[in-house]
Amino acid sequence: MFSGFSLFPTQASTLAPEIDNLYLGIIAITAFFAIVVVVCVMYFAIKYRDETGEKVGAPITGSVPLELGWSLIPFFISIGIFVWASIVFFHIVRAPDQTLEVYSTGKRWMWRFQHIDGQREINELHVPVGRPVKVVFTSEDVLHDLYIPAFRVKADAVPGRYSAIWFEATKVGEYHLFCAEYCGTRHSGMIGTVFVMEPADYQAWLSGGGATAGGSLLQQGEALFTQLACVTCHLPDGSGRGPSLVGVFGSKVTLDNGNVVTADESYLRESILTSQAKTVKGYEHIMPTFQGLINEDGVAALVEFIKSMQAAGGNKVASSQ
Amino acid sequence: METTVVESPVNYLNHRHTVASWLLTKDHKRIGILYLIVVSIAFTLGGIFAALIRMELTTPAGDLLSADVYNRMFTMHGITMVFFVLIPAVPAVLGNFVLPLMIGAKDVAFPKLNLLSWYIFVIGFIFTITAMILGGVDTGWTFYTPYSTQGSESNVLLTGIGVFITGFSSILTGLNFMVTIHRMRAPGMTWFRLPLLVWALYSTSLVQILGTPVIAITVGMLAMERGLHLGLFDPRLGGDPVLFQHLFWFYSHPAVYIMILPPMGVISEVIACFSRKNVFGYSFVAFSSLAIAVFGFLVWAHHLFVAGISPYSALIFSFLSFAVAIPSAVKTFNWTATLYKGAIWWKSPMIFVFGFLGLFLIGGLTGLFLASLGLDIHLTDTYFVVAHFHYIMVGGAIMGYFAGLHYWWPKMTGRMYNDTAAKCAALLIFVGFNLTFGPQFILGYLGMPRRYHVYPPEFQVLNVLSSAGASILAVGYALTAIYFIASLFVGEKAGANPWKATGLEWTTQSPPLPENFPETPIVTEGAYAYSKREMKVA
Repeated sequence: MFSGFSLFPTQASTLAPEIDNLYLGIIAITAFFAIVVVVCVMYFAIKYRDETGEKVGAPITGSVPLELGWSLIPFFISIGIFVWASIVFFHIVRAPDQTLEVYSTGKRWMWRFQHIDGQREINELHVPVGRPVKVVFTSEDVLHDLYIPAFRVKADAVPGRYSAIWFEATKVGEYHLFCAEYCGTRHSGMIGTVFVMEPADYQAWLSGGGATAGGSLLQQGEALFTQLACVTCHLPDGSGRGPSLVGVFGSKVTLDNGNVVTADESYLRESILTSQAKTVKGYEHIMPTFQGLINEDGVAALVEFIKSMQAAGGNKVASSQ
Repeated sequence: METTVVESPVNYLNHRHTVASWLLTKDHKRIGILYLIVVSIAFTLGGIFAALIRMELTTPAGDLLSADVYNRMFTMHGITMVFFVLIPAVPAVLGNFVLPLMIGAKDVAFPKLNLLSWYIFVIGFIFTITAMILGGVDTGWTFYTPYSTQGSESNVLLTGIGVFITGFSSILTGLNFMVTIHRMRAPGMTWFRLPLLVWALYSTSLVQILGTPVIAITVGMLAMERGLHLGLFDPRLGGDPVLFQHLFWFYSHPAVYIMILPPMGVISEVIACFSRKNVFGYSFVAFSSLAIAVFGFLVWAHHLFVAGISPYSALIFSFLSFAVAIPSAVKTFNWTATLYKGAIWWKSPMIFVFGFLGLFLIGGLTGLFLASLGLDIHLTDTYFVVAHFHYIMVGGAIMGYFAGLHYWWPKMTGRMYNDTAAKCAALLIFVGFNLTFGPQFILGYLGMPRRYHVYPPEFQVLNVLSSAGASILAVGYALTAIYFIASLFVGEKAGANPWKATGLEWTTQSPPLPENFPETPIVTEGAYAYSKREMKVA
């Protein structure tokens, strides 16, 4: 019963100390107020105790300066906590530019992970230490939530869109991976392990372990791109019936209704599965929906391939023709 | 105020005895008692569900209940406690009984509507109970889509209908109270002479009237989605599962204030009585209730920080969540200041108030952790959240409800309960509560997700502590039931004003006359005029 017992979670990512400092900071601030109130209540309750019930208290009705003081001081302290916590928040939600990406799908009741090089694993995630990793994930059925307490990160897996978490592991080891959004019968069985490995061990795992059938994610994506005939409309020079996809990832796209959106993973995913949702300015809406024609792994492969299509010096442009 | 009350042999309890005289009553006091009975049944039922959950969690493996049964237990615990205990407890039980008495009225503005509210409440409860008997529901009390629309094979529709119906009871009670407070005050009972519970009930009515229709709409949309596959929340049909969460919390966050504002009002009443003083900063306490009611509508998306909302909208909702904490802090400081230079009479209602202050303080302050964006990512959906809202809901709302029940019990029944037993119960509940939910804060920071039937073995120690606390808590609640029931048979007569309190409800006999007052009272002073009374006596 006492094995592994602890009162504080392991810090195993670069984010964890930031979040723990925030936690301890807020504990210190709130404990101060709690102690002040509890001491006052206890002191007054004992000092002014009257067991007869016959006496009356002093005729004190209030004090405006006191009211202002105990409204404004907590307010300014709250703003301080708010600013601190928001800075930490943006560190959590903004992934660094260069990350190692892993795609994942939650499904009752398991997590499937797909590495860029094609390795697939279920309820296990192998990552190298000291390198930022971004997990891009969605759900195939109901809501799930990918939660790794040792890294202090979590996000809901929502069907129909991509979510992402990022972390840079700092300690080699094995850590829990939980589903944190209730998803039915075996919700508490939808757990797994994150293996943080030395880079060399990770490389060894990449080449040895994991199934790589179908080649790397990029190769799978390229094959799908041809197989689904995307290439016939999305010509790289923009002369096709669909917009060119060269350099589209991360760019600003103007839509036919005048809105400008950033082409991130969710945008690409939506355009593949429900193309009617957004149409690029200057093009007609003629693209069929691929809903039901490809699975989540296929979408991830396509997205990864489209991301690789960069303009000048792009490595994959030529081969997509 | 210290005039002797002429005891009439007739009171609201004994003037008629038939079952029909209860089931067709239009008397707000009898309706309050009817609510007390149903709410007590629901509290017992919800408590049994909680006991089964805590028993299951004493071991990491799922050995007592199957996964499906466990999921139904926490769902039905939540639904029963939220919709049939916390929301009606103070307004429908205590509010119904004391509100007209406090403002010197013969009854609420619409007595028939009041009875109808109770019937609607009971019908909603019967639907929900039926759904439970037919196999229960397993969506969690939050009914999140798409699980509730596509995944769950349990009685979602029937439970949803129960919740839908019950909502109208809440709307009608809110409407009734609001009109009553506007139109039925006795001569001289100006707005700033109103007891603070009345201000709290007024603010609550505002939330009930404006917020509850939204849950009805949301549950209606859920039913149509589940039954007719409209596609409102289904991404494959162009819907959005997160839309449900926005709609659900647009009601359910303000609903938290429906649960906590009335107990806050009770605390003001009890603390003034047993400190023999004015409530410090009356108008600040009164207006903080209104501020909470209004700001409470603007913070719903703080439940959605990891659900995929834009980080910039998360910033706004985080800021507003900090802002809504300020009026609660103001109330706490004012209550503390009320004790200063009081004459503090340690009777059992006051012991419950001390318990409330300690638990509500922890509940409120841990809310700041969750309003903090960077921390909420780690804490949300863990046991930290479970602990936090139980400190507010049980430590705050139920403690406040119990303080009020102990305060007005002599008025409601005409009998005194055993004060020593009540103090023991308050202490047991306080200790048991902290042992149950204190360890859950640590479990949450360690990363134990909520709604887990089985869990990794390193979390067992804290779970065992929590379950041990729950058994102490159960003893405390059982003791309360025992001495309350015993008081009906062996309790000494209370007299009109056993606490020597101010307030119109204490100027009439206990139990009150069917029409409350022999003649309409005329109010000449503000609430809590204890110091004035002293001068008269001396």
